[in-house]
Amino acid sequence: MSVEKLVFYVFSAILIGSASMVIFSRQSVRAALFLIVAFCSSAVLWMLLEAEFLSLLLIFVYVGAVMTLFMFVVMMLNLDQETVQEKFVRYLPIALILVVLMVAILIFSVKSTHLGDLGQAMSSHHSADYSNTKALGMLLYTHYFYAFELAAVILLIAIVAAIGLTHREKENNKRQRISEQLKANKKDRLTIIDMEAEE
Amino acid sequence: MISLTDYLIVGAILFGLSLAGLVINRKNLIIVLMSIELMLLAVNMNFIAFSSFLQDSAGQVFVFFILTVAAAETAIGLAILIVLYRLKQSIHISELNTLKG
Repeated sequence: MSVEKLVFYVFSAILIGSASMVIFSRQSVRAALFLIVAFCSSAVLWMLLEAEFLSLLLIFVYVGAVMTLFMFVVMMLNLDQETVQEKFVRYLPIALILVVLMVAILIFSVKSTHLGDLGQAMSSHHSADYSNTKALGMLLYTHYFYAFELAAVILLIAIVAAIGLTHREKENNKRQRISEQLKANKKDRLTIIDMEAEE
Repeated sequence: MISLTDYLIVGAILFGLSLAGLVINRKNLIIVLMSIELMLLAVNMNFIAFSSFLQDSAGQVFVFFILTVAAAETAIGLAILIVLYRLKQSIHISELNTLKG
C-alpha cells in the first residue's frame, strides 16, 4: 500500500468518524470541536488532490474564522444541559432508512464502470514548479471576475445583515430622535402664564 | 492509486451523515447549522475530486464561491440564532412554531 493510499484511508476514516460525532454528540461545544477535526482532515484530502490553495483556505477561513464564530456563539448562549435527545429515538429509524438508501444509491451511481474513462483516470500530477494559486488566480481574475465581484457583494451583505440583526441600541443614549423632534410643536413645549410684575 | 470513485464515496457518505444530522436533530439549531456546513463540505469534496481528475481548474473556482456563500450563510444564520435566543431564551427547534407553518 502506497503512502498516498494510506493517508487517504486514514484521513477519510477520521473525516467520517468526526462527522458522525458532530451529529451524535450531545453538547454543542463538542460538536463544534469535532467539526474542526472534520475540516482539518478534509483539508488533507484536498491536499492529496493537489488543491493546495483551497485546502489552506479551508483551514484559514473555516477553522480560523467560521468555527471561531461558532464557538463564540455556543459559549455565549446559556444552553441548558438537559436531556437533549428526547425525541432522538423517534426519528432515528426514518433517518437511518433515508440515509442508508441515499448513500447506497450514491455509491452505486459512482461505481467506476459508470464513470467511463474517468473511472480509470489518474488525478492530476503537476510538476514541482506548478502553482495552484496562480492557476486559480488566472481563472478567477479573468474568466470569473464578475462572479468574484458578486461574491464580494455577498460578503458585504452578510456583514451588514449580521450587524443589523444583532445590534442592540442602548436605551438611554443621547442620540437625536429626529422623528420626535419633528412631531413636537409649540403647544406641547411652551406654556405662557400670566403673572403680576414683581418689584 | 486512489480512484475518483473513492473520493466520491467519501463525499456521498459525508453527505448522507449530514442529512441524517438534519433529520435527527430536533433540539439544537446550532447542530443543524453544522450539518449544513458538513453538507457543503461534501459537495466541495466532489467538486475538487472532479476538478482534479478532469484536469480542469474551474471546479476549484466553484468551490471558492461555495466557501464564500457558506461563510455568509453561517454568519447570518448565527446572527438569527442569537436574535432568536434573546427572544425565546432557547434555541430548540421544536419551539420555533410562531408561524404555525
